[in-house]
Amino acid sequence: MTTLSGKVAVVTGAARGMGEAEARLFVERGARVVMTDVLEEEGRAAAEKLGGAARFVRHDVSSAEDWARVVETAVAEFGGVDVLVNNAGLLRHALLMEETAENLDRILKVNLFGAFHGIQAVVPAMKARGGGSIINISSLAGLQGIPRHAAYGASKWAVRGLTKTAALELGEDGIRVNSVHPGAVDTAMLGRTVERGRGGFPAVPLRRVGEPEDIGELVVFLASDASSWMTGTEFVIDGGSMSGIVPPMRAE
Amino acid sequence: MAELQGPNLAGKVVIITGAAGGLGAAAARQVVAGGGKVVITDVQEELGAKTAAELGDAARFHKHDVSDPAQWQAVVDFTVAEFGAVDGLVNNAGVTAGGPFDVESLENFERVIKINLTGVWIGMQAVIPFMKAHGGGSIVNISSAAGLMGLPYTGSYSAAKWAVRGMGKTAAIELAPFKVRVNSVHPGMIYTPMTAVVGIQPGEGNYPKTPMGRAGEAEEVGSAVAYLLSDASSYVTGAELAVDGGWTVGPTVQNVVEG
Ligand SMILES: NC(=O)c1ccc[n+]([C@@H]2O[C@H](COP(=O)([O-])OP(=O)(O)OC[C@H]3O[C@@H](n4cnc5c(N)ncnc54)[C@H](O)[C@@H]3O)[C@@H](O)[C@H]2O)c1
Ligand SMILES: NC(=O)c1ccc[n+]([C@@H]2O[C@H](COP(=O)([O-])OP(=O)(O)OC[C@H]3O[C@@H](n4cnc5c(N)ncnc54)[C@H](O)[C@@H]3O)[C@@H](O)[C@H]2O)c1
Repeated sequence: MTTLSGKVAVVTGAARGMGEAEARLFVERGARVVMTDVLEEEGRAAAEKLGGAARFVRHDVSSAEDWARVVETAVAEFGGVDVLVNNAGLLRHALLMEETAENLDRILKVNLFGAFHGIQAVVPAMKARGGGSIINISSLAGLQGIPRHAAYGASKWAVRGLTKTAALELGEDGIRVNSVHPGAVDTAMLGRTVERGRGGFPAVPLRRVGEPEDIGELVVFLASDASSWMTGTEFVIDGGSMSGIVPPMRAE
Repeated sequence: MAELQGPNLAGKVVIITGAAGGLGAAAARQVVAGGGKVVITDVQEELGAKTAAELGDAARFHKHDVSDPAQWQAVVDFTVAEFGAVDGLVNNAGVTAGGPFDVESLENFERVIKINLTGVWIGMQAVIPFMKAHGGGSIVNISSAAGLMGLPYTGSYSAAKWAVRGMGKTAAIELAPFKVRVNSVHPGMIYTPMTAVVGIQPGEGNYPKTPMGRAGEAEEVGSAVAYLLSDASSYVTGAELAVDGGWTVGPTVQNVVEG
């Protein structure tokens, strides 16, 4: 099993969904985690369940000042930062011609500026430890166009590009930066109920919706030394849908 | 559909394989409309000769199996003898796959690779010496949307089309110093004899799987090919030009999967 023993991680948007699963798997594999979110009650409860290896910090990723507090907490409580998962995210569906500049701004603030501030905030601490791993959660909407995802798609393509520049500039410091592109995952963001398991989600080749732990396992791998020569890369995790045209489900 | 206004190809001599009908014939019409000369090749002799005759004195037909190296030299010699040069090559000849993975035979797989991939490679080898020696040229390889994404039931076909896309890039780098440009065109669902047999129909609303809602017409691919053959694209090499009504951009508004 991939070990994260001795590592300290910051996971944003970790009150629920993928962020919560990532934090939980991190602790299971021996890491200590600072979990952050704007959802204070849920975030605190999620961290308490993980015991002494987790702390919750209320934190808005779009605020640079808030970020300083997060890094201070990680250093004071656990001695440093080795891993950052820029997972917090916002989605709102709108047709391009009905989208507002205010909403675009709001989504960019969280999905793009959040990752940008996060990288700037943790890099000095990572350098002090001799390196680190930064994982940016983008989306399939950062690999292709998806109708009604103009603002979200712009933010996720931007995160993909930011990842590449960061990988180029930070490689010499031993800091790896990669992007993860999940397909439909059963979280609050999906916005509808889908039955988990085989057959419940015919839209993708594996015929099931993604579960937060599916993404969590990939993020664990990218956080660990097992991926030590991977940087600047896009990891697609989507049940196969980006492979091309999905054939109709076979009749039983 | 309205007459397309194509690029200027005055003085250019172009070989187009598999141009008896479909996309190849449409590209040949565009070359002639742009002032160029064209040698149409195909295994279909009668239709090929008819298509060339319709284009008048600027076109010739030469019977040709693209998978046979010996025949390629004859095509190049014929073109130089008739029109004095080879400025462009469109590797367009192609055949379709033989169904799902567990059904397609090894024989068919090898046949598709031989025509759709090896044929393109031999064709490039055949024209490169002339182009190098005469100041350059433009090679356009017809790949497919199946060379940009996976398409169920097209195993051998998509293998060949992805390979053509990759091989074209290597060729583009190697040949750039000799002013030979190499690009690939990736048609989506186009109404031609190849797709008519699987029920594709032209016209608005007849192909809702693609954002534009319709299958493309051969002339719409022909004009993209003509652009890449012309000097209007003189700084374009190693590129992939999708001509697919938006098919490979992402899901349509109707078919969107949330996430
Ligand atoms: N669920 C999917 O299908 C899917 C697909 C592709 C990508 N993603 C991405 O995965 C990531 C996690 O999403 P999820 O599916 O777990 O959804 P989620 O809504 O359950 O989780 C997102 C979390 O981010 C938090 N958050 C929002 N704004 C914040 C801010 N300003 N500061 C701090 N935290 C903030 C939310 O409170 C929430 O807890 C997001 O970046 C999302 O865009 C999700
Ligand atoms: N029609 C589409 O939707 C579509 C989509 C993507 C790509 N394409 C590609 O475009 C090209 C043209 O296809 P089309 O749609 O016009 O189909 P088509 O069947 O009308 O044309 C293909 C031509 O190639 C000829 N040919 C076959 N084997 C040959 C050989 N060994 N040597 C010489 N000629 C040979 C055929 O006789 C035919 O005239 C093909 O490479 C095809 O794979 C077509």
